[in-house]
Formats: sequence, C-alpha cells, structure tokens
Amino acid sequence: MKILVPCKRVPDADQKIEVHPDGSAIISAHLPFLLNPFDAIAVEEAVRIREQRDGETEILAVTIGEEVCQDELRTALAMGADRALLVVCLQPPDPWNVARILRAVTQREQPDLVLMGKQAVDDDSNQVGQFLAALLDWPQATFASRLNFVDNGLRVARETDAGLETVTVSLPAVVTTDLRLNEPRYASLTSILKARKQSIDQFCLADLAVELEPRLEIRHLETTASARSCQWVTSAAELVDRLRRETH
Amino acid sequence: MKCLVVAEHDGATVRAGSLAALGFAADVAAQTGGSTTWLILGHELNDVSQHAARYAAVLAGDHPLLAAPTADRYAAVIDDQTRRGEFDLVVAAASTFAKDVVGRAGGLLGGAMASDVVAHRWENDRLVMQRPMYAGAVLATVVLSGSPQIVTVRPTAYAAPQPRTEPAEIATVGIDAETLPQHIEWLELETRPTHRPDVSEAQIVVSGGRAIRDRDDFERLIGGLADALGGATGSSRALVDAGITPNEFQVGQTGKIVAPELYCAVGISGAVQHLAGMKNSKMIVAINQDADAPIFEVADYGLVGDVYQVVPELIQRLKDEPDRHHPPPES
Ligand SMILES: Cc1cc2nc3c(=O)[nH]c(=O)nc-3n(C[C@H](O)[C@H](O)[C@H](O)COP(=O)(O)OP(=O)(O)OC[C@H]3O[C@@H](n4cnc5c(N)ncnc54)[C@H](O)[C@@H]3O)c2cc1C
Repeated sequence: MKILVPCKRVPDADQKIEVHPDGSAIISAHLPFLLNPFDAIAVEEAVRIREQRDGETEILAVTIGEEVCQDELRTALAMGADRALLVVCLQPPDPWNVARILRAVTQREQPDLVLMGKQAVDDDSNQVGQFLAALLDWPQATFASRLNFVDNGLRVARETDAGLETVTVSLPAVVTTDLRLNEPRYASLTSILKARKQSIDQFCLADLAVELEPRLEIRHLETTASARSCQWVTSAAELVDRLRRETH
Repeated sequence: MKCLVVAEHDGATVRAGSLAALGFAADVAAQTGGSTTWLILGHELNDVSQHAARYAAVLAGDHPLLAAPTADRYAAVIDDQTRRGEFDLVVAAASTFAKDVVGRAGGLLGGAMASDVVAHRWENDRLVMQRPMYAGAVLATVVLSGSPQIVTVRPTAYAAPQPRTEPAEIATVGIDAETLPQHIEWLELETRPTHRPDVSEAQIVVSGGRAIRDRDDFERLIGGLADALGGATGSSRALVDAGITPNEFQVGQTGKIVAPELYCAVGISGAVQHLAGMKNSKMIVAINQDADAPIFEVADYGLVGDVYQVVPELIQRLKDEPDRHHPPPES
C-alpha cells in the first residue's frame, strides 16, 4: 500500500491576519506558519494505517511551493511519513493547478490512496481533493471521519450537513479528512531531530511536465472588521426585555 | 450568461439554500441578458420538479442510480448537461453536497471555480466576485478565467427570487446507466431525528459551547431556549468533539455558515473558527461568564453570567409570556 499525503503550509490560525495597504497580499513577514490542520489529520491517519498493516505501507508527503515549505514536510516526516517531496513553484498555484500538479505526482508515484485535508484553512476553497479525483477519474470520499479497509476498497464515514453518511469506494481513491477522523500526535523530539536530517526530493514543474493554467485570479484582499459594539445587560429579565423591543 | 443551478432537495421541495443560489444566478442572468435553468438529480423527482418550476425551467435527471448523491455519478451528469446545454455558469449553494458533487464536476469542467461567494458585480464583461478567506478575516475579490465558470454561493448572502406567475417548463434528461461511473457505493445516512428546524435555514439559532457539560444539559438548556424562541440548535466544535452534539450541529469555518435574524451564543468563547460561521447574523446575543471572551466583540447584546443560572431563567421568562417577538413557526 502506498499513500500520498499532500501537505500545505498555512499561517497559524491563532494569529491576526493583516493585509498590505495595496490589497495585494497578506503581510506574512512575521507570521508563524504550520502544517494545515486537516493535512496533519491526513498524515496521522496514514501513519495509523501503516501501524495497522504491520508496516507494509509507504507514506509519501508532498508539498507545492517555495523552499520554506520544506518545514511542513519535515513536520510530516517527524509524524511518521517515510518520504517527502517538494514541487518547487514560486507563485502560489490556485486549486485547479494544485490538482494538476498533484495529478502529475500521482501518475509518477502510483499511490493506492491519496489522503488529504478537506480544506486549507488559508483560502478555505475546499476544491483540490474533488478536482484531483475528477482529473484522475478515481472515486472520492470527502469529509471522512472514519476509514476502514474492506474487500477491494475502503468504507468511509463522511460528515455531511444532513448527518453521517457511509460509502464504500474502490481503490485507488482520493479521501479528504474531517476533524473527527483522529487527533494528530505530537512528534517526539527524536523524530523531529531525525526528520531534520532526512533528505527531501525536489521537482520543478518542468520535471512533471506541468504548465500552470491560471483559473482563479485574486485581484484584491481586504480585512473585515466587526462594526458591532456590545450593549451589556445584567439580567435574564433585561435580556428578554431587549429582545422583545428589538424584534417588535 | 446562461446559468445552470444545481438544486439540492429532499425529494419534495428544493432547499432554501438552492433558492438563494438561484437568486444569485438570476441576478447574473439579468445583468448579462442570460437565463437560469435548474438541474435536479435524484429519483422520483415529480414533486420537487414542480416546486422548482415555480422559479425557473427544470432539467430533471431521474434514475434509480441517482437515488443517493454519489459524487462520481452526479458530477458526470452535471458535466454532461453543462456541455450539452452550453452553459456558461454552474451555480450551487455552498453545502457539503455541493462541495462534494459540484466540486468534482468543476474538476471535469476545467477548474474555473470560486467557492463560498458572498457578493458579485458585472464589470467590463467579467463576473467579479467576493469570497471570504482566512476564516472570514479577509475578503478577497476574485475573477475566473475559462468557461464554464463554477460558483458556489453562501445562501446567507443571497435571497430567493420571486416565484413566476406561470410555472416554467420541466424537461427530463436522458441518463445512460451504461456510462455512469459506479466506483462509489452509497450505504447509509445516519441522522439524529429532531423536531427543530435545520440550523442553516432557521431564523433563530441557539448554539451551545464548552460551558455545557453533557447531552442532557444541552437538551435542557440549549434545546429549551431554542424551543422557547422557536429556533434551531447549533454548537461550537468543542461540543462535537466531546460527543455532546452531532457534527451537523457545528457552526463555523469548517462547519455550517449561518446568518439568522437572531444568534444566541451560550457558553462559547468566540474562536475565529466559530466566528467565521456566525458573525454575519443580524443580531447576536452572547452569554458567557468571562467578560473578556472574544464572542462579545461581535455581539449586540452581552450578558456576563453562568449559563446554568441564566438560561433556565431566560427560558422561564420567555415561556411566561408566550406572545413573544417571533411569529409561530410555519407549518
Ligand atoms: C482546523 C480547525 C477547524 C475548526 N473549525 C471550527 C468550527 O468550524 N467551529 C467551531 O466552533 N470551532 C472550530 N474549531 C475549534 C475552535 O478553534 C475552538 O476550539 C472552539 O470553537 C471552542 O469552542 P467553545 O467556544 O465552545 O469552547 P471554549 O473555547 O473552551 O470556550 C468555552 C467558553 O465557555 C465559557 N464558560 C464556561 N463555563 C461557563 C458557564 N458555566 N457559564 C458561562 N460561560 C461559561 C468560558 O468562559 C469560555 O469562554 C476548529 C479548530 C481547528 C483546529
């Protein structure tokens, strides 16, 4: 079994995001970055699958971006990924191009399963897994909260607006992770140190024969602010009174 | 633009969110001299087609293989119908259904897709849209290149169009069982039955957070307050993690996005991920024992106190005077 886990570098969600005055980009100079939390869940699940299968599983973490994105690959290695691959891409690709690059990696590496986050918490698009499955003509199971191997495939519980849905998919497949799937482990100090020394393969887009085809152009960014100011009430009685007046 | 709106439905009626998506499409069509058409997929679609036809022309793909929303089959039909009908814009409400199914169709149709659109304008022959990023901390202005364009919209940002005076035409589309992909087998959907409205469609939402200690307390306090107000129940992620509420109750960046007339946050701290899902509600009431909790920064009314004391009193007072501020629920 070979599992490909795409990993994205995103700003730490606990930080306040500011935008350049010209609206061109967020101010990232002093922001801490980390592995997208949904991708960490995907790495964790891959490691658990390998543990269940007595080790005969290879986990390949892949990211797309600049050299600094190696940090997130090292996080994945420290958590237990076997190999890591950086696809160097200097402009941040949109979801369509991320999916096209991942398709090229998938065709080269031939995994049985692509396990990835349902969304990246920076752009919140929730598109890449579905695009990739469509491009590969593979089945997909999005928003997974439980995975079980069954004959010739996977049984997946999916978090939907209506409730928990169960599907089976044949392999190879694309599965995207939801929060309830697992709680990612903290890497031990030894594995962090070991991951620092591991080598990371690098490709450029030309190696993968991918030329970017931009689809989603971001023209401008602005921060949003709450215009509300809180009026304090001191008792349940007063709150009920205010609600009545406001809604009459 | 010639717009195809993928409907989500319960077999009888089109969901409110899909009507809002039609509202977006109708506005684009009006500004560009285009048209709107529903695409409804499923099995036994008579009732829902008639409901939909009150708003726009219907293409109905009715087949036992489409009885459950499997992404591979649904996306194949959306792709096929979009190409055949030469649609320029494929629209759906941003829901888990659309993210799964329409997202995959977007991949088959060339990837020009924008998710969670909350505003738009037509400018220099381009559809210019706005969508939130970074858990709603940033609003991005985006344009798409390539055709067709695929857009999911937040139902909270758009209104349903007026029904037509005469129902529109209903046409059935041929489904070729031979060519439909069948790599995904749908097994079951597990839901918790509830007598309360759906959290994404309700006008009043009462949500509980980590302050609530167990399921019984959730039902008594959050459920009780929701019933006294005639609303739906929701929760923060913390209660889903604790197994107190089901996942479909979760409001937030990675759960449901709501914007009701009234949102009551009960014992919720107001993490950015939660705020992303509710901060556009018309009125926000927060109850928390910590006066510095960030939830108060987005609240219109704040009450500092212990929810175990405040909420039972609120419920009692609301019950004492049944002639309250909200109309009785529509039957
Ligand atoms: C990738 C990712 C995605 C996420 N997506 C979401 C999402 O979509 N939605 C979401 O909600 N969260 C999401 N979260 C979780 C989020 O970060 C917070 O952890 C969560 O919202 C906290 O829930 P809470 O406010 O109920 O709990 P807490 O933050 O623990 O707050 C509890 C609050 O209750 C108050 N309180 C406690 N006891 C009482 C009492 N007796 N009376 C009155 N007040 C009391 C406390 O003062 C506190 O403010 C996500 C997290 C991650 C990492």
